Amino acid sequence: MSTDKKPDLVDDSKESGEAHAYTPGLKVKRAMPVQKLRRLPILGEVLVKVGDVVGFDQYVAQTEISGEPEIVKVAMLLNLDVEDVAKYLVRKVGDKVKKGEDLAYYESLFGLIKKHVPSPRDGTLESFSEASGNAIVRGTPIPLQVNAYIPGKVVEVVPREGAVIEANAAFIQGIFGIGGETHGEIKVVASSTSEELTEDHITADCKGKVLIGGSRVTDGALRKAVTVGVSAIVVGGIRHQDLIAFSGEEVGVAITGQEEVGITLIITEGFGKMSMSEGTYKLFKSFEGYTACVNGATQIRAGVLRPEIIIPHDLVAVEDGGELVSGMVPGTLVRIIREPFFGVIGVVDGLPVELQALQSESLVRVLTVRLSDGGVVMVPRANVEIIEE
Amino acid sequence: MASSKPLEQMQYILATDVGSTTTKARFFHKTEGEWRFYVAGEAPTTVEAPYEDVTLGVRNAVREVEELTGHKLLSPDGHGFIMPYNGKNGIDLYCTTSSAGGGLQMMVAGLIKNMTAESANRAALGAGAIVMDVISRDDGRQPYIKIQRIRNLRPDMILLAGGTDGGAGQNVMEIAELIKAAEPKARLGSSYELPIVYAGNKTLRPQIEKLFQGQFALTMVDNIRPVLEQEHIEPARRAVHELFMEHVMSHAPGYTKLMQWTNIDIMPTPAGEGMAMQLIAETFKKNVLGVGLGGATTNVYSVIDGRFVRSVSANLGMSYSVTNVMKEAGIRNIMRWIPFKIDEEEVASRLMNKMIRPTTIPQTLEDLIVEHSVAREALRLGLAHHRTIATRLKGVQLQRTVGDMFEQAVEDSYVKMMRVNVIAGTGGLLSHAPRRVQPMFILSDAWLPEGVTRMFQDSVFMMPHLGVTSTVNRDAAWNIFDKDCLVRIGTSIAAAGKGKLGDPVMKVHIQMDEGIVTSEMKYGEIKLIPLAEGKEVKATIEPASSFDVGEGPGKKVETMVIGGVAGVLLDARGRPLYLPEDDGERRKLLVDWFTALDLYPRDPLKELVS
Repeated sequence: MSTDKKPDLVDDSKESGEAHAYTPGLKVKRAMPVQKLRRLPILGEVLVKVGDVVGFDQYVAQTEISGEPEIVKVAMLLNLDVEDVAKYLVRKVGDKVKKGEDLAYYESLFGLIKKHVPSPRDGTLESFSEASGNAIVRGTPIPLQVNAYIPGKVVEVVPREGAVIEANAAFIQGIFGIGGETHGEIKVVASSTSEELTEDHITADCKGKVLIGGSRVTDGALRKAVTVGVSAIVVGGIRHQDLIAFSGEEVGVAITGQEEVGITLIITEGFGKMSMSEGTYKLFKSFEGYTACVNGATQIRAGVLRPEIIIPHDLVAVEDGGELVSGMVPGTLVRIIREPFFGVIGVVDGLPVELQALQSESLVRVLTVRLSDGGVVMVPRANVEIIEE
Repeated sequence: MASSKPLEQMQYILATDVGSTTTKARFFHKTEGEWRFYVAGEAPTTVEAPYEDVTLGVRNAVREVEELTGHKLLSPDGHGFIMPYNGKNGIDLYCTTSSAGGGLQMMVAGLIKNMTAESANRAALGAGAIVMDVISRDDGRQPYIKIQRIRNLRPDMILLAGGTDGGAGQNVMEIAELIKAAEPKARLGSSYELPIVYAGNKTLRPQIEKLFQGQFALTMVDNIRPVLEQEHIEPARRAVHELFMEHVMSHAPGYTKLMQWTNIDIMPTPAGEGMAMQLIAETFKKNVLGVGLGGATTNVYSVIDGRFVRSVSANLGMSYSVTNVMKEAGIRNIMRWIPFKIDEEEVASRLMNKMIRPTTIPQTLEDLIVEHSVAREALRLGLAHHRTIATRLKGVQLQRTVGDMFEQAVEDSYVKMMRVNVIAGTGGLLSHAPRRVQPMFILSDAWLPEGVTRMFQDSVFMMPHLGVTSTVNRDAAWNIFDKDCLVRIGTSIAAAGKGKLGDPVMKVHIQMDEGIVTSEMKYGEIKLIPLAEGKEVKATIEPASSFDVGEGPGKKVETMVIGGVAGVLLDARGRPLYLPEDDGERRKLLVDWFTALDLYPRDPLKELVS
């Protein structure tokens, strides 16, 4: 992004000491405590206890759900009247059956005519209706488990439902994502924040990895990544058309995470070609080879959910929660998040009180931002986010 | 928090609207015996981590008011305001509206996907909701998957239907039990009791009540399908709408705290806007079509022959919902309003970026024009939605035969543009448009007024504020509404009909002070005649034989037209609006229109289109 555009003119000298009306930045933390509640959808058995240390793929709770039912039209298959069928059943309701084993057997004419009604699946003969002559075979119960998602310590058990896992981890929020939870070793495939992630970057050794790209990922790269078996891609941006082409669906209201696209994708900056921020890229680089827990689920509405990359580690001391304690003041590091200076980083230079006219002629509250080249630009206060350091 | 002062002694009123995207503070002051708008402050609404407390956004917006006026309003202890006004600082009344929760995103559940669940879906959509998922017994998913969906999607509300009155109930109870088992955690805070609207077999009500007691906010309404062939969605639709207002909106993060700050109940933004629109209709004794174009929702109001109807399109808006407008309208429909060359991809990416960072605003003219293009489509779709609600048969039970059971008959709406006398707009984009002619033109493009239509605009977006203020101090609200809020932009004279570029459409004779000014309008032309606000003059409109300005094709209309800050807009662009297929011709025509109306700053526009 060029910063040599002529800034809008600031024509008022009255300044705010501190601005509170601003947008907080996304979390990019080297170390913080991260907790995750892992819960079964239906009641079951918790497999861990408080204090246990668990791996990310270790089951913390499990249960069983009923198998699929299948209707067997016994009367029709035996070609008998409904009321005559019961006596030809060779299994009782509640019996376990294997696929191919007889549920009913009929013979006549001294054994010349034989008719079998086999079970269509492994399971249990759940019922037989004398009204319809149909039987229901219920498939074997399907186990349902929930894993820890992040490796760490069990700090709470929710009886019959699950557990809360806590880990010390690097925590990076993305701005938008698709796809659900996954894991993988971090592999930085872009040599700089501005390099595009293309098909050429996706090699066989990317299988199961969380790939870190630069400025954007192409549709072709995403498709190849699915073929290779990449777990997740984290990148600065993506073209809107590439996202639609890949996911097969246009985003309306951003409530994501349920897509079944074979990979989890998280963008950290925005749509279009967007260089990943230096800070984020360097953080990933420093954790190359570590296992990351990734979730693309995003909900952009009140009670916002942003996608996340969690990198558990025990390398550095845990920082505090890092919530902002003050507003925006001269000297605060900010990123501009809208055209014409989208992505540019600078420090707050001034906070004029009076409304200022933009090129669009809108009169709004603004701030002036001093850029790294020394230039000063004026932007609406709404168009910057604070970078926490 | 109560103000101790009687109405006549009040001197300062603070009203806020906590929108999905922006929190708007409006400061009103009684000066020389008259209530007037004093100053405005705005700040991003604080519903995202790390804040997740709307009162912070309110404080930030009010701090702006303090900075601009030097008048201290915020209580030093951080809780509410200095109240009452002590001769130097403070306020006498604080009230607020809110749409902080954004749109309504809900789930519906029924027995059969194509029948009760479909009816419930229609009721939810009719209430302006986004339906995140439709759960039914025959949807092919395992119960545990449905439970996971409910948990992951965090619906704001669930509409449960199923069974005919007096019919078997076991299956309905199964679905109800599944919802209970999911223990859905709503997005709007732990104190939020998830509303469930039950619109199923009425004989099951005692069991349903017992099942959900204590865990959910249960509302029971008439069965959506009392018998198989009859669909009766209106009670469910109303209940969903009502709960959206009272329950969903009142539970934005930090809302309980905000409720303690206000002197009166928090009012939903559309209720405040709706009151303002009704006030316009009552004052001018005219048919009114109004809109509040917000960040998450587009709220359309009609008062036709005294009948007030409101629709809230929860998925059409200019920030959180902006990409949904793109999805619903199609990018081509947005592109058609842009007069310069720009890639579809560039526009789409910008809109996606607006959606993921909803509080940002356009800085460049290029960005502003893109947003105005989206606004036209949001307004167009919002009106289309409104028309499905403002129909002749709504509220009446529909008898459906088995043959047409699965087809939604579309009744004719009584909202006809030729019958609309006044169009009024509010909301961030319309109110903050840098030039007053911009909302007039945007609304004309989107809603295609026909005949003679007055155009009003909310000056700085304070209709919701005045709506809620009027419940306490009607006189103050009305005075501010009339003097500071309601901008008379002008009058549109538009001919309905089709033609070819250059064909004569209408002759308009306007009796000005200096004599009669006649404009011969040709097909594809638009023109703005300056006529000062409050000035009322006689106009004679002679349409060509295939064009109609209110009395039928080719029939002359004599009327009075009233001026405004923009003037009188003569619109001969046809109905439906004519836009050339050829991209170059289309862009040229748009530039002609923009230039004719002086819509945007001339030089930057010239640079953009060159």
